[in-house]
Amino acid sequence: MSDRGVLSSFDWRRGRVRGTARVVHTVLLVLLFLAGLGPVLWLAKSAITPTQDTLRDPLALWPHGFDFANLATAWTRVQIDKYFLNTVLIAAGAWLVQLLVATTAGFALSVLRPRYRKVLAGVVLATLFVPSVVLLVPLYLTVVDLSMINTFWAVWLPAGANAFNILLVQRFFDNLPREVFEAARVDGAGPFRLFWSVVLPMSRPILGVVSVFAVIAAWKDFLWPMLVLPDPAVQPLSVRLPALQRFIELDVFLAALAISTVIPVALFLAFQRLFLNGGALSGAVKG
Amino acid sequence: MTAPPTVDRRPAPVVPPPAPVKRRVRRVRGGGLGTVVFLLPMLVVFGLFSWAPIVQSVVMSFQETNLVTAPTFVGLDNFRAVLADPLLWTAVRNTLWFAVLALLLGYPIPLVAAVLMSEVRRFKGLYSTLAYLPVVIPPVVAVLLWKFFYDASPTGVFNTLLGSVGLGPVPWLQDASTAMVSLVIEATWAAAGGTVIIYLAALTGVPPELYEAAEIDGASVWGKVWHVTIPRLRGVLLITFILQIVGTAQVFLEPFLFTGGGPANSTTTILLLIYNYAFANSLGGDYGSATALSLMLAVVLGVLSAVYFRLTRSWSAS
Repeated sequence: MSDRGVLSSFDWRRGRVRGTARVVHTVLLVLLFLAGLGPVLWLAKSAITPTQDTLRDPLALWPHGFDFANLATAWTRVQIDKYFLNTVLIAAGAWLVQLLVATTAGFALSVLRPRYRKVLAGVVLATLFVPSVVLLVPLYLTVVDLSMINTFWAVWLPAGANAFNILLVQRFFDNLPREVFEAARVDGAGPFRLFWSVVLPMSRPILGVVSVFAVIAAWKDFLWPMLVLPDPAVQPLSVRLPALQRFIELDVFLAALAISTVIPVALFLAFQRLFLNGGALSGAVKG
Repeated sequence: MTAPPTVDRRPAPVVPPPAPVKRRVRRVRGGGLGTVVFLLPMLVVFGLFSWAPIVQSVVMSFQETNLVTAPTFVGLDNFRAVLADPLLWTAVRNTLWFAVLALLLGYPIPLVAAVLMSEVRRFKGLYSTLAYLPVVIPPVVAVLLWKFFYDASPTGVFNTLLGSVGLGPVPWLQDASTAMVSLVIEATWAAAGGTVIIYLAALTGVPPELYEAAEIDGASVWGKVWHVTIPRLRGVLLITFILQIVGTAQVFLEPFLFTGGGPANSTTTILLLIYNYAFANSLGGDYGSATALSLMLAVVLGVLSAVYFRLTRSWSAS
């Protein structure tokens, strides 16, 4: 059996080793349950528990009374619906811009291969070495200059300048069979046809990876949207939640936190493989 | 078919070689209008929002900029002002302290967890799903939730837990001596899952023959971990080490939301200081100092990133 770890099948037959492994793995599972799922379950419970219950006995497994109205109050009176919609719009736009920039650039650099591609790819990749903190102030001033403050464009467009996406897509395109492009060309397909009808349909796996990470990253982002979207009416959940804490009741606030967590967790559970098989991540590590 | 391996790499002869009888498959080569159209989104987005700001950041660090009057050249004044700011050294110390604590807590835990998890035979997926779950919780939600957990009163969530084993209450975020540790515990919880997945992927790359060879030499289970697994992970361990340093040097969210830098500036980090220079002053930002400090931080991190890039190259080649 080729797929083995530190322990051999001989080790697994030894009672002492097997016993120890079982105990260690059970303890590990319990710890992972507590650390990984514990806070999520606690949040889910507290979102539908009255404030007094949460404060008096925060670790009670079962609340004394349910207060499903928390969720409704958060959604309507605290206007979580609006911030939720803003978050969705910001994530959707950032996703579209990233996909557009990454696929067109990857196509040009990998398939069309202009003579200056090495230089261009180099200048794009060089930005990977520049920590985002350098961009903070000048990028903010750029957005002010373009009068994009308080518009979603201020988040969408800078999100597109992601060299890592281009690297991923370009590497994927590099490995597509070039004979197919030649065949398409012989059949009279121009670059646009080639891009839309040949390359993109062949690239679903990498588009999936880029998409999921784009949406999750947009959902998580805090500092940048906080700077460029000072008007609460256009703020996403991540920016609005810390401010809300000051003037809403604890149970409603926890309900709002729970609502903000649902979509990323659902995306993760639906696309677990993208996150966990290490493919995308080892790609990230290999830079 | 690739060229035979005997081909030499001397410069091409002056006389052009005869045209090959059978032309190689024509490459789709562009350079014309179509290519430019495809490059346009990247050029516009990177030009406006990446390349230009990078250049501007260098320029601005030598200027005094407020948004009202034209920027004036001030030489190294910004750098001098930043280096003379006593808060800078507090911030550097705090950031280093954060990095050290994050290494002590956040470096061994994912490694131990991953090595143990890779031996799991049943429900392996469940383990990695649970480990990764905190990574997908929005960081702002996580911090606000933990802020509640860190309630310093004896009825706070963590203090209740500690109280049940006779410890505490711990002041957590309220006290300068425990605030940073509290931030690091949360940050470790939030990030460890990602590192675990990286290690798990690397562990599948350890050749089983090495373990078999160690067994023939009579190695114990611990011996195999110490002499085979860990040395095989050396490359990836170095990479996660550097990634973690680069990440912790730019920590912002935790100090900003948990403590706002307090108590008594005990959690003011470099990035928080940059933010305060540029954006926290209602009288108008000190953009010059902010960019000067950003640049100094970036140079340090850039060196680390360059080392990282070299390492990943040699690592993925091996």
